[in-house]
Amino acid sequence: MSIEEAAQAVSVRSGPAEPLLEVEDLRVRFTGRGRRVHAVNGLSYRLCAGRTLAVIGESGSGKSVSSRALMGLLPPTATVTGSARFDGRELLGRSDRQMRRIRGADIAMVFQDPSRSLNPTMRIGVQITEAVRAHGKVDRKAAHERAMELLRLVRLPAPARRFHEYPHQLSGGMRQRVMIAIALAGEPKLLIADEATTALDVTTQAQIMRLLAELQERLGTAIVLISHDLGLAASYADDVVVMYAGRAVEYAPASTLFARVRMPYTEALLGAIPRLERPPHAELPVTPGQPPDLTRLPPGCPFAPRCSRATDECHVQIPPFAEHEPGHWWACWHPCGVSS
Amino acid sequence: MGLLAPVWGFVMSVLLSVRNVVQEFTARGRGGVKGGVVHAVSDVSFDLEKGETLGVVGETGSGKSTLARSILQAPRPKSGEVHFLGQDLMRHRSRALTQARRQLQMVFQDPYGSLNPRWRVSEIVEEPLIGYRAPNRDSRVRELLDLVGLNPDTYARRRPHELSGGQCQRVAIARAIALDPALVVCDEAVSSLDVLIQAQVLNLFERLRRELGLSYLFISHDLALVKQVSDRVAVMHLGQLCEIGPAEALYRAPMHPYTVALLSSIPKLDPGARHSTEKVTLEGEPPSPISPPSGCRFRTRCPFAQDRCATDAPQLRELAPGHQVACHFPLANNS
Repeated sequence: MSIEEAAQAVSVRSGPAEPLLEVEDLRVRFTGRGRRVHAVNGLSYRLCAGRTLAVIGESGSGKSVSSRALMGLLPPTATVTGSARFDGRELLGRSDRQMRRIRGADIAMVFQDPSRSLNPTMRIGVQITEAVRAHGKVDRKAAHERAMELLRLVRLPAPARRFHEYPHQLSGGMRQRVMIAIALAGEPKLLIADEATTALDVTTQAQIMRLLAELQERLGTAIVLISHDLGLAASYADDVVVMYAGRAVEYAPASTLFARVRMPYTEALLGAIPRLERPPHAELPVTPGQPPDLTRLPPGCPFAPRCSRATDECHVQIPPFAEHEPGHWWACWHPCGVSS
Repeated sequence: MGLLAPVWGFVMSVLLSVRNVVQEFTARGRGGVKGGVVHAVSDVSFDLEKGETLGVVGETGSGKSTLARSILQAPRPKSGEVHFLGQDLMRHRSRALTQARRQLQMVFQDPYGSLNPRWRVSEIVEEPLIGYRAPNRDSRVRELLDLVGLNPDTYARRRPHELSGGQCQRVAIARAIALDPALVVCDEAVSSLDVLIQAQVLNLFERLRRELGLSYLFISHDLALVKQVSDRVAVMHLGQLCEIGPAEALYRAPMHPYTVALLSSIPKLDPGARHSTEKVTLEGEPPSPISPPSGCRFRTRCPFAQDRCATDAPQLRELAPGHQVACHFPLANNS
C-alpha cells in the first residue's frame, strides 16, 4: 500500500465511536547550544473514551516528550508541529492560559516519581483540597469532603489519618495513590500515566494497575499508559503504539500486536525480555548497537543499522507508517511474517 | 572416615557460606533520639557453591542489598558468620579483609554513579590492578576491555559521560573482574538498562561465567530476570529468607505464599491471559522493618494466615530436594 492509498484509507476509515484524542504526525524538535534534537518525528494514534492506549518505547524514544507536548508542558526551546485534537478541539498552539483550563480539568497526568510530584512541606489533605478547589468554585467544607471521597476512591488505607500526614510518611505506593487522587480531582476525560508504576514493586504495581482499571470502568476515563514494559501493555492496554527514535513504528490492538508482530523492532523487544518460561542460562537473542543519536538521524529507517532483516533500501528510504492490515499499522519495508 | 568423606566433599565446593547473619541499624527520631531498630537482615543463612549463580529477589526494603553489603563486610554485620573461601570474614581485620575482597567484587545499579566522572575508562579499569600491584597493567586493561566487548582503541581514552548506560555498565564489569575474583555480587546490575541493552549485558554475564568460571550473587527485584541467570533462587521478605531452592523448581512449584504472590504480580506478555487466571494479589502495604509482625513476618499480608502464624516464627525446612521454605502452611507441591 502506498502513502497516498494509506492516507486515503485513513480519511475513509471513520470508526463507529468518535475518538476522544486524535494525534496526527506529531513532531517535536529541541534547539539550543547549536544542536537540534529531533525527539519526536511523526507520531499518530487515536484513543476513544474509556479505552487504554499504551505507548511503549525505550529511553529516548520520545514517548514522554510526546505526551508532554500534548499537555503543553515543554520548555520554550521545543518546537511542536502536527495536530492533536482532543474532544474536537486542537490542543497544539494554545496559549498557556488556555492550556491551564484544559490541564487537570480535561486531561490529567500522573508521573513516575510521586515523591517529586508532591510538595514535601504540605500535608497531603491540603494538596488534594487545593486541587479540588482549583477546578471549581466549592467552599472549604465541600472541598474537604470531596478530597476525602477521592482518597477513599483510590483506596488509600486509613484516609482520615493520612489526610493530615506529610508525603514522607507515606510509602511509594500510597504516594502514587495520592497522585492519582489529585489527578482525578478535576474529573478528567483523559489520564496520562507516564511510567506511573515504574518506581514501584511488582506487587504494588499490580495494585495500582488494578486500581486504574477499576476507576476507568467506573468513571469512563481514557488512559494513555506510557511505559517501557511490553508486559504492562499486554496485561492492561487495549491498543499499543511502539515507538523507536521518536517515530511510531507499530500500532495495533494489543491482541493483534502480540499475536502477529510485524515490526522487527517490536520482535526484538519481545525476544529480549527475560521470561519465566525460559530455562536458566538460556542465551537471549541479541540486537547489536544502540538507538541512533537524535541530533543526527540516519536518512532511512532508524532501526535499519541494528536490524537483521535490513536491506540497502532500508538505509536510504524511510518506510511509511501505514495501515497495512485492518487496524494494524507499521513502518517497515520487510515486516516479519509477511511474504514480500 | 567413610561417613565423613561425602560431607567433606560438599564443604570443599562451597565458596560462600553465610550463617545466621544479622544486620540492624538504629533509626533516629527527632533531635537524634533513638527511634527504634531497623531489622534489615534477620538471621539469614545460605551456601553458594563454586561456579553457581544464586539469585536473590524481594521487594524494596526486603534487605537484599543490605545482605550483599553484609557479606562484603561493608558495613560489618552485627552478628553471624560469613565464610568465604574457607575464611571467616567476620574475624578478619582490615588488611586480611582487603586481601579477601580481591576475590569478592561488586557491580552496582547506577552505571554513572559508580564510575568516577573525571577518570578515563582505562584509569577506572586499572585502579584495582594498581591497588593490588598486579603486573602488566596496560595489556591487562586492554584484555579486560576486549573481554567485556568494548574496543580498547575506541573506548580506553573516553570518560564516563561519553558512554551510554550499557557501556558504563560494561566498564564497571571490567573493573570488577580485573583481579580474577571468585564471586561477583551484582546488585540490580542491569535494572536501569533498556531491554535490548539489558539483554546484551545479561549475555555478557553469562559468557564471563562460562569462560572465567565466575560465581554470582545476583540481586534483583525482577523475578524473570533472576530466573534468566540463576541456578538457585532465594526469596527475601522483610529481612528474612522465606524460600530458597533450585530456580526451575521454585518457579514451577513455589511453596511460600509470598513467592506465589510475587510471581502472579508479573504482567504477562499474553493479552489473552489477563482475564482467565485468578491472581493471588497482595493487599495492603509491607510492614515496617522497625516493628516487624510477631511470628511470621508475612502473616499480615498472607491470604492463608492462621493463629499459629502470629505466635510461632516459621523456620526454613527442606520440603523437596534442595528446596527450603519458611512457612507453617506451605502450598502443596502439585505440579
